[in-house]
Amino acid sequence: MAAIYSLYIINKSGGLIYYKDYGSAGRMDTNDSLRVASLWHSMHAISQQLSPVSGCLGIELLQADTFDLHCFQSLTGTKFFVVCEPGAQHMENLLKFVYELYTDYVLKNPFYEMEMPIRCELFDINLTQAVQKDRVAFLGR
Amino acid sequence: MQFFGGSEISPSPPAPTASGNNGHMMYVFNRNGVCLLYREWNRPLRTLDAQQDHKLMFGLLFSLKSLTAKMDPTSAVEKGNLGMPQLPGQGCSFHSFRTNTYKLSFMESPSGIKIILVTHPRTGDLRESLKYIYNLYVEYVVKNPLYTPGSPIRCELFNTTLDQYVRGIA
Repeated sequence: MAAIYSLYIINKSGGLIYYKDYGSAGRMDTNDSLRVASLWHSMHAISQQLSPVSGCLGIELLQADTFDLHCFQSLTGTKFFVVCEPGAQHMENLLKFVYELYTDYVLKNPFYEMEMPIRCELFDINLTQAVQKDRVAFLGR
Repeated sequence: MQFFGGSEISPSPPAPTASGNNGHMMYVFNRNGVCLLYREWNRPLRTLDAQQDHKLMFGLLFSLKSLTAKMDPTSAVEKGNLGMPQLPGQGCSFHSFRTNTYKLSFMESPSGIKIILVTHPRTGDLRESLKYIYNLYVEYVVKNPLYTPGSPIRCELFNTTLDQYVRGIA
């Protein structure tokens, strides 16, 4: 599971609704993850303002010195982003798969309230399976 | 997966042409956030006036840098709070980001000079090119005896060399 460091889901107003760490050094506490998530939400919006051509939908990939951040925004404004090793492949597919899991196990859960933190056991289980390395490779096919 | 099948949902501009017209714009900031240089080659969309645009760009880079410094998953040392002031070269930085309509490449020199190049989203890694542009800056601007550090760059020779070089890479 080395390829993926963490996964975040933020709602359309920038609130963190799901955060899972898969073994990054120096784990972030709850407050920090909330701050990072809302900061990402704003940076995503600002990047659209600065586009030299029209039709910009925000940052898809941020390449930092020690990690890559892939972001996927659904049509309803929910953002999924994953922090992974530099150059990790098939992350777009993984994010779209996470979106599918989200629609299946979270949105279809009658006890889930929209825009609130995700607490669904089935979602957790299926996500853990998807994030495992062999599965990520499988999604790339 | 059917929903995403076939076409991409995010519209992106046509593929880059070989003729070298894919550089959109370039910014140079000093460590105080003063925009020393702004060049633009191909920018059909302007949402803000020039000064606001420069401020927003500097703010974006500054915040993204504090985000990456905080997020860095490989170092276990205490990174301080989000937004802790960082010296150039300190903490985990970033070198580019990509949206569906553009790619922004970023370099910061040890003296805090930030060079930003905005190009077509499908351009490759421009880290070496930015280093070359930094060298141009050193040769044509810093070594110019008439240039006062911290003031906007007005060097004809730098601008022409830069235009030529950017046409060559992007």
